[in-house]
Amino acid sequence: MNRPIARLFAVILVLFGLLIIWTSRWTVFDASALQHNSLNKLDFYASLKIKRGRILADNGQVLARSLPAGGGTWKRTYPAGSLFAQTVGFENAQLGSAAGLERFHSQWLSGNPQSTLTSIFGPLGGGQTVGDDLHTTLNPKAQAMARNLLAGRVGSVVAIVPQTGAMKVLYSNPNYNDNNPPPKGPGSEFFNAVQGEYPPGSTFKVVTTTAALNSGRYTPNSTIVGNSPLKVSGVNLENDGNASYGAVSLTKALTLSINTVFAQVGQNVGIHTMAQYMKRFGFYRYPPLDLPSDEMLASGERGSNGRLLSPTSNLIDLGRMSIGQDKLAVTPLQMAMVASAVADNGTLMAPRLVTRAVNNVGQTVKRFAPHVYSHVMKASTALELRQMMTNVVEEGTGTAANLQGLNAAGKTGTATVNVAQNLDDAWFIGLAPVAHPKIVVAVELTNIVNGFGGTYAAPIAAQIMKLLISEGQ
Amino acid sequence: MSARNRELFGLIPASLLVTAGFAGVFIQRSNHLSNISLTYGAIVLGLCLGAHIFIRITLPYADPYMFPLIALLASFGVVMVYRIDSTLARQQAQWFVFGLVLFVATIIAFRDYRKLERYRYTIVAISLAMLLLPRLPGIGAQVNGAYLGVRIPGVFIFQPTEFAKIGLVIFLASYLRDTRQVLATGGRRILGINLPPIKHLGPIVVIWGVAMGIMVLLSDMGSSLMLYGGLLAMLYVATGRISFVLIGVIAFALGAWYLGTHISHVHARVEDWLYTFDPRVYAPKAGLGSFQVANGVFAQAQGGLFGQGFGQSLLTVPGSNPVAYVIPAASTDMIYSVITDELGLFGSAALLLTYLILIGRGLKAAVMSTDSFSTLLATGLSAVVALQVFVIVGGVTRVIPLTGVTLPFVSYGGSSIVANFVLVALLLLVSDRARREAIR
Repeated sequence: MNRPIARLFAVILVLFGLLIIWTSRWTVFDASALQHNSLNKLDFYASLKIKRGRILADNGQVLARSLPAGGGTWKRTYPAGSLFAQTVGFENAQLGSAAGLERFHSQWLSGNPQSTLTSIFGPLGGGQTVGDDLHTTLNPKAQAMARNLLAGRVGSVVAIVPQTGAMKVLYSNPNYNDNNPPPKGPGSEFFNAVQGEYPPGSTFKVVTTTAALNSGRYTPNSTIVGNSPLKVSGVNLENDGNASYGAVSLTKALTLSINTVFAQVGQNVGIHTMAQYMKRFGFYRYPPLDLPSDEMLASGERGSNGRLLSPTSNLIDLGRMSIGQDKLAVTPLQMAMVASAVADNGTLMAPRLVTRAVNNVGQTVKRFAPHVYSHVMKASTALELRQMMTNVVEEGTGTAANLQGLNAAGKTGTATVNVAQNLDDAWFIGLAPVAHPKIVVAVELTNIVNGFGGTYAAPIAAQIMKLLISEGQ
Repeated sequence: MSARNRELFGLIPASLLVTAGFAGVFIQRSNHLSNISLTYGAIVLGLCLGAHIFIRITLPYADPYMFPLIALLASFGVVMVYRIDSTLARQQAQWFVFGLVLFVATIIAFRDYRKLERYRYTIVAISLAMLLLPRLPGIGAQVNGAYLGVRIPGVFIFQPTEFAKIGLVIFLASYLRDTRQVLATGGRRILGINLPPIKHLGPIVVIWGVAMGIMVLLSDMGSSLMLYGGLLAMLYVATGRISFVLIGVIAFALGAWYLGTHISHVHARVEDWLYTFDPRVYAPKAGLGSFQVANGVFAQAQGGLFGQGFGQSLLTVPGSNPVAYVIPAASTDMIYSVITDELGLFGSAALLLTYLILIGRGLKAAVMSTDSFSTLLATGLSAVVALQVFVIVGGVTRVIPLTGVTLPFVSYGGSSIVANFVLVALLLLVSDRARREAIR
């Protein structure tokens, strides 16, 4: 009977082999898919027990906190509601979704990932997990003012401290309330300030001027003939009102926002130089902001399929791109970064929202230090640009931003979106005070009938800058 | 080193495991538990040592590895159950003691276990009657649609299949000892397979009938498969006829397929197995559906290679009142998924390896035995243990549909641990006799 017994044992070995193969299937090979299965609520259940850290504004106002929900569990609430919803985002494990700072900095908020060593022994002493508080740069007063001034219109306001990249305002309409987030997948919440695709219009002339001056091809006093219309790529390009200006200086051309001048300047500078300066400003890449990159958009020329073109693609109409039209699709954040580099003597600081993480006993466990994103232009070029942009505010298209004592500089933009319905995107990018800029702002309003940037966007920008400077920025 | 000293040293891993395990749970929950909990480990170890001394006196030739292996499994089980629910662990420890008492009693009463043969018809009658107990009105207890137990008021749910499996193995070993010569001869070759004459199919028909009866009357696929597999293995070993196995497997497959499509409870279990992650089958709110299997698998996925760490598996929904279970029946049917979650693939593989060694030792006793009854008894008991592990672990890991049998020595459950101590006592008796004769 020994041979059958040996065979029986062989069969048992095979059966146990199956058990080990199946166990490895779940624990190793399919583990990741199972953990992302929508029926799998284990992570959600585990997260209920974590007291996530708070998210705080620059004055200590609480933007997100966890409140006890009974039985040792915690519920996330957002006292500021929709005002900061898109930036702060949300953490809603029940929906299986998260967004914004809640998502990007989740490791700090949820109490830092445990090392493998500590997880073997678990949380010794039975203590519960408490996350770190995040201190942000956001200014609640200015943010609220941005919302009030937009007055329900679709649009965005972005304000940055140019020397540190600190984001003071990051707001856009439409928005949602993060206490009750939209029931969609992660990253699907639309945030126009960092995700909107708008033609920047004449605000882009600041980029063209930077390339012109810093490459040494032009000075502020170079003269160019600004007659209208001008054939660009075989099609007539007109100035506003089809006005002709004759030979004008580059300064005057920026002050009056003369399209035909900048089309020529761009073409003379060449696509490679333009591409170089656009990249230094941050175009063609995800913004370096501390939000999830799939919740932001890279700015640049986009093809008909919606994808970014190569910055030197021959599909680009260089003349029209130089005045901020063509197929340019940029975010308000990107245009604020342009103003930031001009304000900070040519150095672009990476924009950032969070300054530090502080644990539950008040120790700073991580500092997020300001860092340089790129050196866009010489300090002298930046100074020349600021003087030119001062003219825009004092005597050009942006006089609506010329508030008493503000000493602002800036550039308007009126990007044609729909000729038939007279719809424009109204833009203004600005900085103040011009001698030692403390704050930069980008304001964008979408689909405004005859929406001149100088009329609609410039006053909002001026108010925001004035408030933030009075707040000590 | 003598066999008994090897057994004594074999208890060291069990003692380390118990000490480390209890200390681990204690440290982790020191604010909830009193120091008393640490004494559990000492008590378990003391009992194992006592049992070892008893074996030293009564069964000096018995296999030296079997008892340390079950001590390891049982103490691991107590630690695991303790980690899941400290109240259940105290009961489990009591059953552990009672199991050891019956273990000792079995060894004393059946020193010459071959006298069991004399009572074989009594044993089989009692076993079959026990199988029917759960269907008796008033005392039968239905668990998740299957008639798994007998309710003994105020005490516990007695699971007769755990004991009936031993009785049926004893009976079949005795019956086949008498008839195996006859069953192994005769018949004719068809397609290269030596088919037995029709009249020799009697035993297989009876076994098949018992298995199908368990499925029809108790809706208990797990016990049915475990018993049928074990008894079929004995039939094969007794006759050496692979044709019995083939006929048996085909007959069982046909029967299981028919019942799987016609008994709603069995059918639901098959659906849960095939479409575990289909949201329509999942249906956690109805308390039925694949919720249990799916969450067992999710828990295993959390475990990965090395596990989340002892005590880290999430068993209840935090803050739920009344308590909602993430993994229903974590201490019984689903204990393997908790083990995998906390100790990972490596921990689970080590556990399965421990069972394999135990089964291997049991079959070794079968091989060493010189009389047919002993060989068949050891074969049957080992095969039943192997299949029981396969049925429950296979159910939890979705190799087969999940049905409720216990993981021997590890799961919480009084009937299971007591019956399995008796089972191992019989294996030790067989091996003692076989090795004693081998030395002579």
